Amino acid sequence: MTARNLPLIATLVVFIVAYALCAMQFPAMLSLRVVANLLTDNAYLGVAAVGMTFVIISGGIDLSVGSVIAFTGVFLAVVIRAGIDPITAFVLVLIITTLFGAVMGAMIHYLETPPFIVTLAGMFFARGACFLLTTDSIPIDHPTWDFITSLNYRLPGGGRLTLVAMIMLVVFLAGILVAHFTRFGTYVYGMGGNRQSAELMGVPVARTTVAIYALSSGLAGVAGIVFALYTSAGYSLAATGVELDTIAAVVIGGTLLTGGVGTIAGTFVGVLIQGLIQTYIIFDGTLSSWWTKIVIGGLLFAFILLQRGLVHVAARRRAAARMAAA
Amino acid sequence: MTDDRSTAHAATSGAPAGPGDHRSGADDAPLLEIRGLSKSFPGVRALDGVDFRLHAGEVHALLGENGAGKSTLIKVLTGVHARDGGEIRLGGVPIDAADTADAQRLGIGTVYQEVNLLPNLSVADNLYLGREPTRFGLRSARRTAAMARELLAGYGLSIDVTANLGDYSVAVQQIVAIARAVDLSGKVLVLDEPTASLDAGEVQTLFGIVRRLTARGIGVVFVTHFLDQVFALCDRATVLRNGRLVGERRIAELGRLELVTMMLGRELEAAQLHRRRGEGPKGEAFLAFEGFGRHAYVNPFDLEIRPSEVTGVAGLLGSGRTETAKLLFGIKEADAGSATADGAPLRLASPRAAVAAGFAFCPEDRKTEGIVGDLSVRENIMLALQARRGWLNPLSRGESKALADRFIKALDIRTPDAEKPIRLLSGGNQQKALLARWLATEPRFLILDEPTRGIDVGAHAEIIRLIERLCDEGLALLVISSEIDEIVAYSDRVLVLRDRAHVGMIEGADVTVDRIVGAIAAEGPATAAGVPA
Repeated sequence: MTARNLPLIATLVVFIVAYALCAMQFPAMLSLRVVANLLTDNAYLGVAAVGMTFVIISGGIDLSVGSVIAFTGVFLAVVIRAGIDPITAFVLVLIITTLFGAVMGAMIHYLETPPFIVTLAGMFFARGACFLLTTDSIPIDHPTWDFITSLNYRLPGGGRLTLVAMIMLVVFLAGILVAHFTRFGTYVYGMGGNRQSAELMGVPVARTTVAIYALSSGLAGVAGIVFALYTSAGYSLAATGVELDTIAAVVIGGTLLTGGVGTIAGTFVGVLIQGLIQTYIIFDGTLSSWWTKIVIGGLLFAFILLQRGLVHVAARRRAAARMAAA
Repeated sequence: MTDDRSTAHAATSGAPAGPGDHRSGADDAPLLEIRGLSKSFPGVRALDGVDFRLHAGEVHALLGENGAGKSTLIKVLTGVHARDGGEIRLGGVPIDAADTADAQRLGIGTVYQEVNLLPNLSVADNLYLGREPTRFGLRSARRTAAMARELLAGYGLSIDVTANLGDYSVAVQQIVAIARAVDLSGKVLVLDEPTASLDAGEVQTLFGIVRRLTARGIGVVFVTHFLDQVFALCDRATVLRNGRLVGERRIAELGRLELVTMMLGRELEAAQLHRRRGEGPKGEAFLAFEGFGRHAYVNPFDLEIRPSEVTGVAGLLGSGRTETAKLLFGIKEADAGSATADGAPLRLASPRAAVAAGFAFCPEDRKTEGIVGDLSVRENIMLALQARRGWLNPLSRGESKALADRFIKALDIRTPDAEKPIRLLSGGNQQKALLARWLATEPRFLILDEPTRGIDVGAHAEIIRLIERLCDEGLALLVISSEIDEIVAYSDRVLVLRDRAHVGMIEGADVTVDRIVGAIAAEGPATAAGVPA
């Protein structure tokens, strides 16, 4: 039981310790304003990471996330410029991205192609589609849009919980609900544990695979909307490499890349850790932003080592239990 | 035991007949009836008009060599494959399972050899995957756990159902798998080699559970390689061969020889099982081990190896059989005694040194220590020879092809061609390919550890004939086996081990099952048990 929760606990401890260290150096980092900004600045990453968590727990990978975010932004900018209402544009783009994911899921299942290859193709495809729409960075300007971006909840102490931050929190809560309290969630864990067994146990593998990638791309669409609201522009080269940041957040959050083990809550902490490092760098003011990547890289190594260690300990304990039983 | 089951069956089915009566009569309606079932795969007719009947409350063995069609029959029955022709009736109603989930809904549950559950989920989740109790569309973990505890209590299992399944032993996982399958289906339970990875005590537990289930009127289809278990547990047996039905028999009326004959489709010639022995020493010993041993591994022993001689190694599990082999092959280095080859000292510090000295070793665990599953048959065969030549001196493709083809023909390895990945071959053919790998290095001394384990009866006989042929060709062999019958069949002399020590050497006409068993079972220190005067 404890071994199951250990990666999550380790992630939490890392976050708390890191935050405490930051706060000791810059007491201002303790303010609600900073926390709110942390959520706002990383909202798109968090939303995409929820979808990625499902994909990775199921034993897959989705490399198309960053491109889908960029595509969403460009699509929104182009159609809103063409005179379409932002709300209609949101609905349209979510339909497109979800269908896009569903098609990738179907290819993965029915053509028995590795997710890595299919979503890599999806990544190029979606990025290419951006350039097909436009090569320019297009600002989004619309009365409804301005209204939406202005929505926020004023926190005590001058911080604002923006709409995008709220969207991220809602997506995380919904993700936790789906992962742990629905059959779909159990199917995802089951497929990650052993796809063939899950199939023999009656898990609708085809439907679940399609749904997982549809969910991931759909959430990447939501992340794209969040990103567009955050930047108020659509640009074809935006969000390059975000899929890798997302994967890093998921792994730091305690999810095994081999599938079957992980939590949405862990991913949330993983996203916060990434955000915390960036915030620290901004507060410091002298460090290059590339330090974020270096620290993330170090953390990834540490967590992979931790996970290998846990797997090893679990195997040893199982062997010991068997000896005791014999 | 038989009476228990029969009475229970009579009670559940309401049959008026006396104990055992229903089993003899084909008249009362079977629970499951398969008629004229056919299934073809590209190039193979896997099932050809097969009939199968299962009665409520019986354990029905489904037997046959590898490739007989057992797996295909089960897969068609449980909806993994679609059938080409024939009819399946469950309780008199024609059924056609579209997939495993559908088969479960209809009442047919399956438990496979490797527990096909999900080790990363809790026991409770495994039991109720896909049908968890829900409230307002959400799963209720607490109710799932409560239901799981109650279900497992019916199997005499009281464990923490919220812990991950993977934390429990294979035996517990097997019981959980059965509990799930029965709970899901409730009419027919298919057990596909469920005992392969259980120890004797666990097998008994499993049998107890199976009997409890049949008492409840569930029909059990039992697939196994172990004939003892067929006779211990089953009421009836259906034998398949090459995709065709050979026959259905009541176990009580079936002799062992008859059953094996049905499976093999040919009379086992008694003569085949006993090779001529007692022709005296076959030439000078070319290998000699003196006081050879390793502390806390195998006690020091003396051993001489002569050409054209099969030395059988007998002993209980853990008596030091495999350890002896590993010591001789340099996998573990001896820390006592000496070895000489043709009179010259020989240092066996590594398998490489052993191979250089003309040794070869086929390990016990074919899958993890022997074959390289994704490589082709040809590549597997050439592996040892290539290793011996070194990577600077590669075998050309033509050479390795010729080599592979020669051995595929000589050892009758059944594969469509040399380029097929070896994991797709049956166990017996994999074993022959492994033998070929070592024979390609033209060894003088071949060590085989359990060469016939986990392969079907027909391939078993072929391996034994192969051992004898190699011996006749001048090879010296050391063969470890748990099957005393088998050791008697091919050995010129038998080395007996007990508690990590060599306790006797039985030679010539004394090589009999009784003498070997006596030597293994003998009390006290290494006396001259079984050593002829």
